[in-house]
Amino acid sequence: MSQLLDKPPTATAAPSGPPAPSPADLAARHGLTVSGARPTLPAYVRQLWDRRHFITAFATAKLTAQYSQAKLGQLWQIMTPLLNAAVYYFIFGVLMNTKHGVPDYVPFLVTGVFVFTFTQQSVMAGTRAVSGSLGLVRALHFPRASLPLSYCLQQLQQLLFSLCALVVILLAFGVPPTVSWLLAIPALALQFTFNAGLALVMARLGSQTPDVAQLMPFVLRTWMYVSGVMWSIDTVLRDHHLPHAVTVLLEANPAAVYIDLMRFALIDSFHASQLPAHVWAWAAGWALLAGVGGFIYFWKAEETYGRG
Amino acid sequence: MADTLTKTDPGAVAAPTKSAPDTAAAPAPTPIPTVIADQVDIVYRVHGAATSGRGAATAALGRILRRRKGGDDGAERGVRTVHAVRNVSFTAYRGEAIGLIGTNGSGKSTLLKAVAGLLPVERGHIYTDGQPSLLGVNAALMNDLTGERNVHLGGLAMGMSREQVRERYEEIVDFSGINDKGDFISLPMRTYSSGMAARLRFSIGSAKDHDVLLIDEALATGDRSFQKRSEARIRELRARAGTVFLVSHNNKSIRDTCDRVLWLERGELRMDGPTAEVMREYERFTAR
Repeated sequence: MSQLLDKPPTATAAPSGPPAPSPADLAARHGLTVSGARPTLPAYVRQLWDRRHFITAFATAKLTAQYSQAKLGQLWQIMTPLLNAAVYYFIFGVLMNTKHGVPDYVPFLVTGVFVFTFTQQSVMAGTRAVSGSLGLVRALHFPRASLPLSYCLQQLQQLLFSLCALVVILLAFGVPPTVSWLLAIPALALQFTFNAGLALVMARLGSQTPDVAQLMPFVLRTWMYVSGVMWSIDTVLRDHHLPHAVTVLLEANPAAVYIDLMRFALIDSFHASQLPAHVWAWAAGWALLAGVGGFIYFWKAEETYGRG
Repeated sequence: MADTLTKTDPGAVAAPTKSAPDTAAAPAPTPIPTVIADQVDIVYRVHGAATSGRGAATAALGRILRRRKGGDDGAERGVRTVHAVRNVSFTAYRGEAIGLIGTNGSGKSTLLKAVAGLLPVERGHIYTDGQPSLLGVNAALMNDLTGERNVHLGGLAMGMSREQVRERYEEIVDFSGINDKGDFISLPMRTYSSGMAARLRFSIGSAKDHDVLLIDEALATGDRSFQKRSEARIRELRARAGTVFLVSHNNKSIRDTCDRVLWLERGELRMDGPTAEVMREYERFTAR
């Protein structure tokens, strides 16, 4: 308090008194650090881990808040996917009676829809994760990756409700429960990692160019049509002679990989022969690439989120 | 507020403990700096605020095309810059409560955000002890959730652990006085009156110990009795923590809580000194 400036600081803003240390020296001597600098990657991971309860609480809060105004309340968590499935059943199962040479077509379709929706919604939510939470980003300090991760977690919770609905549908269509259903767990874990990585990438892009959010629905819809949600990639590849590159692209498509893995796990008439070659390797590879790459890509711009 | 502990002798460092007024006759021990701002300039960039054809689609397209080609150095067209803070230097010490005053748009909140590390500085440096935090969890709270869940969510958002939130829960609710008129904490926040919501937000925000606490116009909320309580809480936080920065247009709450005042005008630091002195000048300035 002894270094008060009683007059407006003109060019001579230096503190009065004995040879004063420069601000930088003073800061260094007392261990002060530059405000708002990006932490190192290990420190960032640690910070994120410290915030894990916030990430889960935020995800659950978002999920709960979604239907809090509805009269039926949280019942909608399970009603929404069931109604979704009913619509697909009505259109593809009853009206069009499409089979595309697929046994158990309705379970096949509904599984595809739910699994793809998980990736689709994670990417959409990730795109808006930072740009849509600017108030939060500008008010509080936390590793920003918490936001896209939290949104993905919310989508995972949503998917778990959808899977409950899916089990009802599977049983209703006479698909017997088997041990292979357990394979859904590793498949989901890999898909979640993939989604989270993609959401992190999209969060950074969306925060820099908010227009991306307007574009994504079209990209995602196109992606859905080529991912074999409503048709069987395997059947098409067998029936038509497509260039090798197209075959590889269709089979390596991460959305298709995760959808087929889930179908393989849940539907007994979906055999391993229908899976593309090295499907688990593809699934793990995509998860690793997107997860690690997305995280590092997002972290690289950590100090810029919510600014300007 | 005759019992304020904040009006210590301007020549001495405020006592670090709440009870004992500064009795040290000897020159104060070397004050420990907590925030150092070194010739800080802050510039906002506003996209889509071009002087001509505001919001027109063609102009937007043109901006995108230009942006693709050139880098985004501040000179690009279609981006306006606002020089919000100019060449501000100060050093804040542990135990100080510093008021930030100035007419609207003088850069007070911007400076606070930069100290919190939420805005980048254009030139200069801001050094801080630990992570200064803005008092304000508003953005983390969700209107559709109950007060109870918001207390948890807000606490976690500020970086408290689940145990800390659980420990402080009763205290937060009691301080907010939400339950004074019935069990409101179990109702969604959208059912609260604006005063009640503001009180709960302040209670949550002030529940955590901060090394450097930044408060932006938080004291104007709630009724008289709550304002008194929040002033007392700020003194408490200041005693427990390090440094408190307070932005306010309420000259009385600045006088009651701060012992040093920075006066910003048009982004420049016009005056820095003991509260009474600066406030006298400021009031003379605003009376004109």
